[in-house]
Amino acid sequence: MSFPLLTATAAVPALGAVATAAVPAERRAAAKWLALAVSLVTLVLAATQLVRFDPDAKGPFQLTESHAWIAAFGVRYDLGVDGISVVLIGLTALLIPFIVLAGWHDADPLETHSSRWRPTQGFFALILMVEAMVVIAFEATDVFLFYIFFEAMLIPMYFLIGGFGDRAGERGEAESATQRSYAAVKFLLYNLVGGLIMLAAVIGLYAVTADQLGSGTFSLTEIVQARAAGKLDFATTTERALFLGFFFAFAVKAPLWPLHTWLPNAMGEATAPVAVLITAVVDKVGTFAMLRFCLQLFPEASKWATPVILVLSLISILYGALLAVGQRDIKRLIAYASISHFGFIVLGVFAMTTQGQSGATLYMVNHGISTAALMLVAGFLISRRGSRLIADYGGVQKVAPVLAGTFLIGGLATLSLPGLAPFVSEFLVLVGTFSRYPVAGAVATVGIVLAALYVLVLYQRTMTGPVAEPVREMPDLRARELAVVAPLIALLLFLGVYPKPVTQLLDPAVAHTMSQVHESDPQPAVHVNDAHVNDVEAAK
Amino acid sequence: MNPVNYLYLAALLFTIGATGVLIRRNAIVIFMCVELMLNACNLAFVTFSRMHGNLDGQIIAFFTMVVAAAEVVVGLAIIVTIFRSRHSASVDDAGLLKL
Amino acid sequence: MENLIGTLVLVPLLGAGVLLCGGRRLDRAGHWIGTFAAALSFVIGVVLFADMLGRSGEDRELAATVFSWVPVGGFRADVGFQLDQLSMTFVLLITGVGSLIHLYSVGYMAHDERRRRFFGYLNLFLAAMLLLVLADNYLLLYVGWEGVGLASYLLIGFWQHKPSAATAAKKAFLVNRVGDMGLSIAIMLMFTTFGTFAFGPVLENADKAGEGRLTAIGLLLLLAACGKSAQVPLQSWLGDAMEGPTPVSALIHAATMVTAGVYLITRSGAIFDGAPDAQTAVVTVGAVTLLFGAIVGCAKDDIKKALAGSTMSQIGYMVLAAGLGPIGYPFAIMHLVTHGFFKAGLFLGAGSVMHAMNDEVDMRRYGGLRRYMPITFVTFGLGYLAIIGFPGLSGFFSKDKIIEAAFAKGGTEGWILGGAALLGAAITAYYMTRVMLLTFFGEKRWQPAPSPEEPGAEPAAETRGEGRMPHPHESPKVMTIPMIVLAAGSVLAGGLFSLNDAFLTWLEPVTGHEEGHSPVTAVQVTTATLVVLFVGVALAWAQYGRRPVPVTAPPGSLPVRIARRDLLQDDINHIVLVRGGEHLTRSLVYVDHTLVDGVVNGTAAAVGGLSGRMRRLQNGFARSYAVSMFGGAAVLIAATLLMRAV
Repeated sequence: MSFPLLTATAAVPALGAVATAAVPAERRAAAKWLALAVSLVTLVLAATQLVRFDPDAKGPFQLTESHAWIAAFGVRYDLGVDGISVVLIGLTALLIPFIVLAGWHDADPLETHSSRWRPTQGFFALILMVEAMVVIAFEATDVFLFYIFFEAMLIPMYFLIGGFGDRAGERGEAESATQRSYAAVKFLLYNLVGGLIMLAAVIGLYAVTADQLGSGTFSLTEIVQARAAGKLDFATTTERALFLGFFFAFAVKAPLWPLHTWLPNAMGEATAPVAVLITAVVDKVGTFAMLRFCLQLFPEASKWATPVILVLSLISILYGALLAVGQRDIKRLIAYASISHFGFIVLGVFAMTTQGQSGATLYMVNHGISTAALMLVAGFLISRRGSRLIADYGGVQKVAPVLAGTFLIGGLATLSLPGLAPFVSEFLVLVGTFSRYPVAGAVATVGIVLAALYVLVLYQRTMTGPVAEPVREMPDLRARELAVVAPLIALLLFLGVYPKPVTQLLDPAVAHTMSQVHESDPQPAVHVNDAHVNDVEAAK
Repeated sequence: MNPVNYLYLAALLFTIGATGVLIRRNAIVIFMCVELMLNACNLAFVTFSRMHGNLDGQIIAFFTMVVAAAEVVVGLAIIVTIFRSRHSASVDDAGLLKL
Repeated sequence: MENLIGTLVLVPLLGAGVLLCGGRRLDRAGHWIGTFAAALSFVIGVVLFADMLGRSGEDRELAATVFSWVPVGGFRADVGFQLDQLSMTFVLLITGVGSLIHLYSVGYMAHDERRRRFFGYLNLFLAAMLLLVLADNYLLLYVGWEGVGLASYLLIGFWQHKPSAATAAKKAFLVNRVGDMGLSIAIMLMFTTFGTFAFGPVLENADKAGEGRLTAIGLLLLLAACGKSAQVPLQSWLGDAMEGPTPVSALIHAATMVTAGVYLITRSGAIFDGAPDAQTAVVTVGAVTLLFGAIVGCAKDDIKKALAGSTMSQIGYMVLAAGLGPIGYPFAIMHLVTHGFFKAGLFLGAGSVMHAMNDEVDMRRYGGLRRYMPITFVTFGLGYLAIIGFPGLSGFFSKDKIIEAAFAKGGTEGWILGGAALLGAAITAYYMTRVMLLTFFGEKRWQPAPSPEEPGAEPAAETRGEGRMPHPHESPKVMTIPMIVLAAGSVLAGGLFSLNDAFLTWLEPVTGHEEGHSPVTAVQVTTATLVVLFVGVALAWAQYGRRPVPVTAPPGSLPVRIARRDLLQDDINHIVLVRGGEHLTRSLVYVDHTLVDGVVNGTAAAVGGLSGRMRRLQNGFARSYAVSMFGGAAVLIAATLLMRAV
């Protein structure tokens, strides 16, 4: 048997989490270095996956592992990656070291704490735990296995949001703690409700397969094959109900309007690295699962629900952007911006075109990187001043030009400036949507104007103008902080200019998904007789 | 005599016992009413045994009597203990089941 | 040769990268690195130009695909360059004027501690602008299009500590984004129509697409052009953009970036040719803007804003010409080039004046400067003569052709457009004479330097204290030489271009050309132009030359006040967009908090309340538990019996 690479990629951070938690209380620094080392080893494993993954291979999944688990219910420990999940695992593994490094001092004890205080170890252990669960959720090809980790990641996230916040600042520790626990409970409740509805749908799926196939199964590949072979045939209402059950959970996680209100609270109260963990890593499981489970398990119901979902995602795009304009809190602003971006991702997924889905997946990657860059710099800024309110800043550009510059680049990436990575994905999503739903595509384009508005207003109010008194002594980015931001920015530039390494991994997987839903791209109105286009057709 | 009449008697006794449990406050009386209900059941069991011509009902009646005896032992002990500590055998005073 | 095209973009891009990432180490040499990068790309441009001249008209186009950028399914975007006569014209203009302005900035920004970064941004602008004109497909053009927007944002807001500059920068970017939205939807529409957005296939097959789609694409492109070229209704950012350092206004907001809209329309000629309605929209926008800008230019006392109004108006001429179709394309581009020379020269002259006058921008506080700044006076004067279309100078040739072409449009439309263009020429003569008279003639009306807080004032360098009287002096050579070169261009370019219709022949393979059937002869048009020119100059003389000019502006009549407020454009935007937007966002924030969140919190509260009620049932009385037990048993028995009965 070959080396179980997929299991290893999840097991390493899981074991690392246990080891980190076990580090003695006084040896805090060791726990940090251990966590960083573990996340780097995971990155190496994820990179190995990327290298060993063959985009041209036949079959939906590669590097598969399959073991019986709960035989009585047909639950299997099935892992496998396609182009989409291998890229997202890469993104997760890439971001975690930066999150660890950015949160280096976030869980340090205050003077008032005793030396036996242990949450520092807990903070890093929880981050690694989340990573392990997210990785395995991306890898799972068994619906039940996916469900377990989809839900289980709520537990470490709950403690990360509720247990660790920014230094209290002017609000006072008690008030901060109340707000934090409100945000954490809200996060947990929203996602639990979503998860329970999904559980009902998961059981329903099992019941249908048990009924029609003789023995129930949760295996994605088996179900898809059985449907293709005509052995499994959902009744229309059953399929729709099951689809809605799955979609609801993913829409909460994504989050899609109107199920979004947990995100601003969670991102606002959590420390910046945890906020990045939420929006750039955990939420991606939601949009990823729409692509993998909703579309592949329930293609007909997906098409049935498309109009409503498109409208919801359009509302998300515009609503999130408008709300971002109205925010007074830097982190909440970024959270609403993320809601707007998740709208784009869902739009791309359900536009049912190659460009839309490739763009949406690429968007997940790019949004992860760009939000990480913007949010982490915002976190550095907030940690210097001890306030999240935009009004408490001004003229930072003068005292800390590197900080301001990186903040601007993060912001420009958020508003999808051409040349930076998010532009490519956003344009693909828009083009993909426009070619099937012109009105939706045109409406979504308004989002780019609003994005410019909230980013530039944020930048203007915090970074330009006369130097505000409290920021006069603000230090510029330190070496550790620059080490976090610089690689992210380099990656944004690289993927903006040369996204091909990622798109060529995604293309076959997207083509597979498209064939599952029996959709093909709309043809252009005019047949262009051009050598360039003919080459493409010949290649097909 | 028609065995159904015994059933009517059993139902009557059961109802008396149930009403007693619900409306009386004295734990001892409630206890006796519970016994009455149990015995009403026993009567019904024995009657059914007679009607169906097998011994199942009579066996169950014995079980019931054993359980009732055990119950009397534990229950009376509890009631006596409560009466000693609270100087009352009224069930309404013992609202301790509530948190 | 193909490989050189890429280096044209790469050189300034590398320059920008080095300057922006280089850190303080490069502070002392940064401006020369930047200038060198600009000059180097100019040299490469000239080499390519020489090479192009060596080939005959039809074979002059060069193309180079560098790499495949975004290949997804049928969607293929390449990074590819295309260098034809039209692009070449722009390359020479951008790198040539760009290099001169880099040189000028060495002197102008000498006292600014962030000079290195300024040159980094300027280089970034050059790279983006060259990418814009060299791209061989619309998506890559879009990258350059937003790239120049970014450079413009960074440069307008260069003095970020001034809130007015930061606001102006944001405004410019936002208004441009509205235009960009048009461009991006246009690209999507091209993709769904043609399956590609490369210039070649799209423009060759434009006639097959049907008028409806072409009109839609044309209008969207026009929206994009309006944003970038400050045309009505997206013109409002240009005046505020004058918050940027003056070399920026000269390069970006006069000579190059703002003309990108004209480039876009000319480049997409095939689309507009198939969509007469879109063309009508283009000429309307052009005609309205040329009058709008001219009127605004008359009312401004701020020298840079007066020139900005003029820029708007001159670009209106170009857009008007471009909207006329093949009759107008070459003249639009010709006017664009000559305008690049004289307007850049005028701005540099204005910068030189401001440099001498403690960064004062109010023309009413100038006066009599011709004796103190002879070189600036002469170069500015030549630019002035060129822009009003004085016979023999550049503007005369290019503007005259546009007015002729407007009449040649024919019918009522032709008369209206021609009339508007003539009226614009008269107003141009008026406001430019006003600028000239207020600045260089008359008495000295100098005032002590404004305090730095005063809005609209550029920050005084440390050497110039507050409250001191200005000591006008000629600018250093590094600033005057670019002005002299540009002045020479303003004088000679028009004549050279018109020699044997050289410019027309040069561009014809790309834009095509057809002679219009004008109802009026060329001589009549020229005569009319000269008459209105004279009228405009005379009016200005009567108002500002003959009698002394008050230092503070008189309140003025209602139309004057409206014109001073940019014909209320900002007020309308403010009421409609800003206020409306603020209300919308505020109410949405409220809705999100109370309604969306409220539903969720309400559900939570309802569940909590319900459990509160339920809790009361658990009262701890054994008898009530017994009742529920009996009740439950009774219900169960009843249910069982009922089921059996059924």
